[in-house]
Amino acid sequence: MRLIKRREFLAGAALATGGMLLTTGIAFAGSGTRRRFVFVILRGALDGLAAVPPYGDADYARLRGEVALAAPGAPRGALQLDGLFGLHPSLAFLHESFAAQELVVFHAVATPYRERSHFDGQDVLENGCARAHAVQTGWINRALAALPPNHAVRRGELGIALGQNVPLVMRGPAPVASWSPSHLAALDEDTLQRITDRYSTDALLSQRLADALATQSVASAALDEPLMDGAADERVPAQLLAQREAGNIRRGAPYKEIIHATAGFLRSDDGPRVAVFDASGWDTHANEGGAEGQLAARLAALDAGLRTLKEELGPVWRDTAVMVVTEFGRTAAVNGTRGTDHGTAAAAFLLGGAVDGGRVIAKWPGLSARALYQGRDLAPTLDLHSVLKGLLADHLQVPTRALETSVFPDSAAVKPLRGLVRA
Amino acid sequence: MDDPALAAIAANRFGLGARPGELARVGKDPRGAVGAQLAGGAPQLQDAALKSSADILSQALQLRRERRAARTDASANADAAAVMKVAQLYKPIYADETSARIRAALATERPFVERLTYFWNNHFAISVDKAVVLGLAGSFEREAIRPHVLGSFSEMLLAATRHPAMLLYLDNQISIGPHSQLAERAARHASERRLGINENLAREILELRTLGVAGGYTQADVTSFAQILTGWSIGAESGRLADGKSGEFVFRQEMHEPGAQHVLGKRYAEDGVAQGVTVLSDLAQHPATAHFIATKLARHFIADEPPQRAIEHLTRAFRDSRGDLPTLYGALIALRECWAQTFAKFKTPAEYIISSLRGLELPENFADKARAAFALLGQRIYAPGSPAGWPDRSADWDGASAVLKRIEWADALGQKMGTHRDAAQLAPEWLGAGMSAATQTSIARAASGSQALTLLLTAPEFMRR
Repeated sequence: MRLIKRREFLAGAALATGGMLLTTGIAFAGSGTRRRFVFVILRGALDGLAAVPPYGDADYARLRGEVALAAPGAPRGALQLDGLFGLHPSLAFLHESFAAQELVVFHAVATPYRERSHFDGQDVLENGCARAHAVQTGWINRALAALPPNHAVRRGELGIALGQNVPLVMRGPAPVASWSPSHLAALDEDTLQRITDRYSTDALLSQRLADALATQSVASAALDEPLMDGAADERVPAQLLAQREAGNIRRGAPYKEIIHATAGFLRSDDGPRVAVFDASGWDTHANEGGAEGQLAARLAALDAGLRTLKEELGPVWRDTAVMVVTEFGRTAAVNGTRGTDHGTAAAAFLLGGAVDGGRVIAKWPGLSARALYQGRDLAPTLDLHSVLKGLLADHLQVPTRALETSVFPDSAAVKPLRGLVRA
Repeated sequence: MDDPALAAIAANRFGLGARPGELARVGKDPRGAVGAQLAGGAPQLQDAALKSSADILSQALQLRRERRAARTDASANADAAAVMKVAQLYKPIYADETSARIRAALATERPFVERLTYFWNNHFAISVDKAVVLGLAGSFEREAIRPHVLGSFSEMLLAATRHPAMLLYLDNQISIGPHSQLAERAARHASERRLGINENLAREILELRTLGVAGGYTQADVTSFAQILTGWSIGAESGRLADGKSGEFVFRQEMHEPGAQHVLGKRYAEDGVAQGVTVLSDLAQHPATAHFIATKLARHFIADEPPQRAIEHLTRAFRDSRGDLPTLYGALIALRECWAQTFAKFKTPAEYIISSLRGLELPENFADKARAAFALLGQRIYAPGSPAGWPDRSADWDGASAVLKRIEWADALGQKMGTHRDAAQLAPEWLGAGMSAATQTSIARAASGSQALTLLLTAPEFMRR
């Protein structure tokens, strides 16, 4: 295999982007090609009762004791969603998005997994099956494999994992890219060519290297290189550019670099349509905090990251849906160390310009001793698979048959939750 | 398979990557050469600068007291900002510990034992993304893992569980029995805060250190075991909860949940700290533990999906010897599956970096510079991010971006060392009879010494072990 030289790649990418500018909005009329999907995995089990406090539930304050959030209106109280639910005060952007009808909040939601291991819980969240380790591929990849080929997308790679390696949810038959920031120097082309030649008889390494170089060329075009005739500037809000030049956007801040890259890839018309990244650190067994503290700080960073994503996506935001989920919830009551242990049902978020938001979707089971799952956890009343099935069907137009058979193989009985995105 | 290829397996799969001369020393008896490394007691890191976890923790506790005093005592000339932050204490300790660890990897004549140390440290993983672990991860490995690598699993399990780093990482030091003396006293004083257990340590012991997630335990077992482990804490010589020696393990009777508990159907009578020690000892002997450890070991030394026969063989060796680790390693070395195929495992970033440094015989003072490479390639030392430790399958490490980064790092190293090392001479020293003609040709035809070295470092054979 001969490798296309990266400079040619770069030039090609720049031209393609320049051409795109002339035709934005009409070249890709079919919504299946236009729509963007971002999947954010909160690893470690986010405390749903802290992120989305049911302040109106009579048992909530009793269970949460000193870390219970105050009702809306009180200083650092919950941000009101409706008469029952609020958002953690750190989630200001999500609250604005709710008011702008761009956020759906799910509560008492869970995958089919009913044990309490992070690692198996994450496996089920990603494999799309009813049990852990059932398959070695992920539901997003299988959904991408079920879509018709999109020739507008470079190398047919509809998906990208932001990180050095590809998480399970993105592994499988469909070709996907992975990208992470590099602070190493690029190789000279002769050496790269020789390595490519040497790898020609090694299926794994030749594939990986080719994928990486292709993604890198998109990345250079989308992220770092100033494009010809200032084209890049038009696509990024002026305010943001000013901030970037002033150095206000710290590269090392949590999520910032990853979100900057995600937005860069998704803005490109020949780039991927689906991006996945991780945020970790939600395993709050001790000193979780309430309106302030450990979890509050992490939620604030996540909220800021999502705000940046919206800002940097610019006009593409209106075609975007971002799903934020975790593997399971945490105990309803605070434990002996001012934290929470592994639980069952959790909260999840769906936001974006494409989302038909301003709603909380929850069949609230309540928090009374009798209502709790196994006497300790928020009971699951909404199957995450029904949310994901509905979303994939309406947002990415994944065929129903594929959703029932290959994407979520054990879910025939689970009805897709339709209407989560605007038509 | 002929002997020369087996030598490459001995040095690369069982060891940490061949240094020049190593394959020749392995010689005609590769199994014997690996087994011989088990003799002579567990090697410790030789570095006088390294402090004990008790010293580090006492110093941290002292600093915290001073800062608190300075903050509350506004009248005095106290200045909280002048007192060092705990993080400032931990950072140089982390640097010293990781440098010593890398130096040992470069110098060791018993790389199999060093690899086993990494394996077990990863099995009992703690992670420096929790701030306190930054100061303790190195001493944890030196105190709880290394002394037992050539001992028994049961002893290692106990040492790792009661080590302050593990107790802090999984929040057990403040887990309090709901009917303990401390909780009852708090209730009498109408304290608003309910004192109680935290089940983190108990769950992870069952799931990740012993039985495995499919090992047949229930939520009730987790809760009971957590009650049993209440009181497993860390000493402090002053303050409200003064007990034991500062920074060392202490059993706090007043935090311990009194009474008998049931775990996996067996009743454990109240017996203070011995109640928990007995549960750990039973867990170490449980058949599910034998199978779980055997599977991990087979995955590490044979293939991502190891053959069932090999797992069963190792399970028996573990069970029959009641977790005697040298016996288990002997069974591993004897397995034909370990020696069936060269370069069957894709190296993790850490394995890749260490084997590169060893192969190039970089001087020990390179260790400081090398530390950054681990983070750069995605495997910052002592930072697996979760108690599950680093994963051990190719798919977890062979992402496109990861492979390219590895190549870029190799190229930087090749350019740096290309004028000092001869790749054509090194290649057979590293890869032995496992080297392909294609790799040999690509090195021979390189345009420069540094390019030749990059081509060796990025060769498909060297990406694997």
